[in-house]
Amino acid sequence: MKGKLRYLWSVTKLPIVAVAFGFIVGAVCIAVTGNNPLVAYMALFKGSLGSIPSIGETMYKVTPILFTGLAAAISFRCGLFNIGAEGQYVVATVATVAVAWFGQGLPRLVLLPLILIAGFCAGGLWGSIAGLLKAKRGINEVISTIMLNWIALYIANYMVRVPLSTNVLAGLPPEGHSVIIPNVAKLTKLKEMVPSFGYSSAHTGIFIALAAAGVMWYILFKTTIGYEIRTVGLNASAAEYGGISKAKNTILAMFLSGGLAGLGGAVQITGLVFMVNQSPALPGYGFTGLSVALVGCTHPLGVIPSALLFGILENGSRQMQLAGIPSEITSIISGVILVFIAGSLILKLAGDRLKSFGKNPVADTGKEGA
Amino acid sequence: MSKVVEMKGITKIFPGTVANDHVDFDLEKGEIHVLLGENGAGKTTLMNILYGLYQQTSGDIYINGKKEDIRGPNAAIALGIGMVHQHFMLVENFTVAENIVLGHEPKKGLTLDMEAAKTSVREVSDRFGLEVDPDARIEDIPVGLSQRVEILKALHKGAEILILDEPTAVLTPQEIDDLGEILKNLTNEGKSIILITHKLKEVLGMSDRVTILRRGKVIGTVQTSETTADELAEMMVGREVNLSSDKAEKAAGEVILNVEHLTVKDHRNLPAVKDVSFEVRQGEILAIAGVDGNGQKELVEALTGLMPTESGKVTLCGKDITGASPRTVIEAGTGHIPQDRQKRGLILQSSLTENLILGYHYQPPFAKNGKMDQIKIAEHGKELIQEFDIRTPNQDVSAGSLSGGNQQKVIIAREFYKDPPLLIAAQPTRGLDVGAIEFVHMRLLEQRDNNKAVLLVSLELDEIMNLADRIAVIYHGQIVGILDAAQATERQLGLMMAGGTSADKGDVS
Amino acid sequence: MTTAIFISLLTSAIRLATPLLLAALAGVYSERSGVVNIALEGIMTSGAFFSIWFTHVTGSAWLGVSMGIAFGIVTSSLLAVIAVNLKGNQVIAGTAINLLVTAVVAFLLEIIWHRSGSTPTAPAMLTTNPLKFLEGIPFLGTFFSQLTPFVYIAFLMVGVTFFVLWKTPWGLHVRAVGEHPRAADTVGINVYRTRWICVLISGALAGLAGATLSLGTVGLFREGMVAGKGFIALAALVFGKWHPIKTMYACMFFGLFSAFNILAQSFGVDAPTEFLAMIPYVATILVLIGVVGKAQAPKADGEPYEKDEK
Repeated sequence: MKGKLRYLWSVTKLPIVAVAFGFIVGAVCIAVTGNNPLVAYMALFKGSLGSIPSIGETMYKVTPILFTGLAAAISFRCGLFNIGAEGQYVVATVATVAVAWFGQGLPRLVLLPLILIAGFCAGGLWGSIAGLLKAKRGINEVISTIMLNWIALYIANYMVRVPLSTNVLAGLPPEGHSVIIPNVAKLTKLKEMVPSFGYSSAHTGIFIALAAAGVMWYILFKTTIGYEIRTVGLNASAAEYGGISKAKNTILAMFLSGGLAGLGGAVQITGLVFMVNQSPALPGYGFTGLSVALVGCTHPLGVIPSALLFGILENGSRQMQLAGIPSEITSIISGVILVFIAGSLILKLAGDRLKSFGKNPVADTGKEGA
Repeated sequence: MSKVVEMKGITKIFPGTVANDHVDFDLEKGEIHVLLGENGAGKTTLMNILYGLYQQTSGDIYINGKKEDIRGPNAAIALGIGMVHQHFMLVENFTVAENIVLGHEPKKGLTLDMEAAKTSVREVSDRFGLEVDPDARIEDIPVGLSQRVEILKALHKGAEILILDEPTAVLTPQEIDDLGEILKNLTNEGKSIILITHKLKEVLGMSDRVTILRRGKVIGTVQTSETTADELAEMMVGREVNLSSDKAEKAAGEVILNVEHLTVKDHRNLPAVKDVSFEVRQGEILAIAGVDGNGQKELVEALTGLMPTESGKVTLCGKDITGASPRTVIEAGTGHIPQDRQKRGLILQSSLTENLILGYHYQPPFAKNGKMDQIKIAEHGKELIQEFDIRTPNQDVSAGSLSGGNQQKVIIAREFYKDPPLLIAAQPTRGLDVGAIEFVHMRLLEQRDNNKAVLLVSLELDEIMNLADRIAVIYHGQIVGILDAAQATERQLGLMMAGGTSADKGDVS
Repeated sequence: MTTAIFISLLTSAIRLATPLLLAALAGVYSERSGVVNIALEGIMTSGAFFSIWFTHVTGSAWLGVSMGIAFGIVTSSLLAVIAVNLKGNQVIAGTAINLLVTAVVAFLLEIIWHRSGSTPTAPAMLTTNPLKFLEGIPFLGTFFSQLTPFVYIAFLMVGVTFFVLWKTPWGLHVRAVGEHPRAADTVGINVYRTRWICVLISGALAGLAGATLSLGTVGLFREGMVAGKGFIALAALVFGKWHPIKTMYACMFFGLFSAFNILAQSFGVDAPTEFLAMIPYVATILVLIGVVGKAQAPKADGEPYEKDEK
């Protein structure tokens, strides 16, 4: 057990230090605005965890980034940078509204899973475009996914303005958003189950997210699919040698990754927003998901506390704003954390490797007793 | 004779190992002095210190009698020291001239004066008899010529002291003789040369003195004329070494692998394997001999499904596996010890347990319907580590933390577990110390004795002559002859490796 | 097609290509030395913002440009530290910088102007042709009248970059470091210093590219105005096989697509605005599909160089 704890510490100490560093830099920025960092951080934590309703608020903020964090984690595990979670999320939101509206005659127990599956598949398919481009043509997924993000945004805006608009589908005057999904397609609010959640809009989506994390953990570490994806990510040449197809797993990983981002979009629509808005810019959950994954050591279970941290930052920033501190501080903290991790990742890996080279006894010829 | 180089009490400590331990080494003007030792003995480290790539932890260096502090390659070059590295330090898509002048380019104002560069390259090339085309690109010239460029690089910078690190790995026996001639010419012109090698034959043929290193310490310095191969081997390893393995007489059985008219293109779309045919039978070791870069890599990769096949047919145990995927080839009954163990054969960051199932991780008993059985996998790992005596604290350490010899054992253990009818071993003892080499040889012979077919690709003629039943020589992608090992001589093989044929010497195809 | 519309299209294409070109040239320096620069987007954002800010402060647009360049250098030095000294993963580092810059710029927008979304318009801009005498040329005069100073600078930089990287000794060193850093090291070239310098030059050019977007077009900074151009520039780099002249053609090609989007109405194209807006991004993907596989990046691109311990 002690060995396991020591291993856990060696793996998590980098993100923990990165987070601490982020908060320190944030404190400096707060001080620059003429405020007291400690007061600010107290407001941050009180605002996000101080009461059951506020915990509820934090929970629903955590939900989408838990999904995009999982999405990023699984792509990282396959050696891929899925910067396209934004677009995959957006595509899924459109699919969600479409299925919800056109399926509104179905009973809830059928419709809701159908919507979630549709969201997963929409995001998954969007993600596998980039996977296919990489597998078949060697196109760098960073560039392709970012291009696909913008394409997804414009497609979504068009869909919202034309086929899924309020006037076309519901006969109402046109607005800057899509038709609103029917009640049968909405997730249950937590306050309906546990009244102490009060004013919070928290919904059951958090449980779906946690379940997704569990399923991803199982797939990644207990199945051959996971073994193959991880092997391709660690050493694609050795994977190929071992009979594992790099192309197939690249596409699969991007499908799963996009699917998770898409599921996040579906959950967000059915749980909170209930419609898709026309937007000039991408929502940002995908980018946050990258940081969430890296701070969570790209591990499905590590993503959970990491998403909680970023959710606290997100929720608490409003409280900080009330205390007179610009809400952008929390994005700076996120950015610094990611930069710190980028810088230290290789140092850590190199450090481990050097330490274990040292353990190699010079007298080891491998012959004695062979 | 004056000493141009004196290294006194050189010690170099890296975290966890002592690479050089109070080493004394000197070089006299005009001599060829060999630094001999097994892989990992500390020879390259010592010379990297002399060339300024490393700094010694303690000890002094004297060049031409004066104590010097060599802080980097520029300092070494200024002192007249030049190094030709084992792995060429040449930029592939630059020309010969660009590579030779890199770092001290002739200038015309702000611009690069390539005309002056080419002229000076031709001058040095003519003076020392090392012919090259200054405008040729490195990626287009043969490997042996690249070595000449490396030597010219050092001479062009005015090197008086030349260090050559394992220069003969990429040469045929005849080219090795040529190199010997070149080195003699250079010493006649007043240059002094240090040769790093672990090959006894080269030592005896080319040097004036030999210094033997073992585990970072100097064992002794002897006059080449006064020593023998056996004596050197013993000093190198520290015990009596049996330079040849005992091989039992064996009659080969059925044909396991049948390769017919195989043609393979390399990554530049040029034919690397041309119309190659051979077969490997049960109970025999067929060795492919040849200088590195004559198509061995492409041959092995095509046979194992890692590279596409242009044309031809490959049959394993009667099943057609031409152009099949790696998984199909594995399932048809192949074990593969890859040439590059760290790139292909292992996932360095993963545990030994995970490495030991690579290739059959999806098959029962390790996995059923996609779900992996962690208990069986762990058991399997433990068993193999014990059976093959892999030196490791436990099965959960990363493969990257093991020594080269133990890493190779992991690969061998994993492949042997499959008990494959065909075993392909590509340079299986590269970079290993003598103990590990003996282990690998023993295991290969074991497979052969157990009626398996073994295809061995090796660059070391000694190893081939030791282990093989039949020897096929590859040159420029073609099999120029297949000989019975009992009848083959080194001279014959050397000729064939350089393109001659063995039509009149008992070809056994 | 009337001459006026044709010239309009051409000059639009060139003006739209200019920031891409400067950013892509930035990428050439960086990647030729072996450092992947995913942060072009963030550095451009930084350059766009700080050039407007300093123009507000000093009233001079050229001083604003120099501040944009300066902050481009500062931002890229973060990439240099992580990629060269800390040997970190260059793609993560670049992405992290992009996110951080977005956050910092939003923060500064708040505390300097107490606004979010965009800055007020700067007192000076650089949107007019500085070389007035060229407008006197018959037939081509109108063409030149629609160019900005940045256009001239960008095309000049193409020639400068080619000269520096292929005709000078330092350029040979840079390319050697990008192909085979260890070989360069063994002949005494300082790999770390060469990469640092290239990344800083890259930062300067990308910062300038950002200034082109803000001072050279609308005269203000708007959040999200870079809109993926840093990545399109990377695609142009791949399309142009990391060579300044071929990259220039690639950028003009992308510029043409963007111009088409804007001038679609003049051509009487009746398509949803969203689809027109998508064109540059779809074009980028199509171009990459057609090109990659034959393109060869500098061999050591993206790999941190580990100098063996001394």
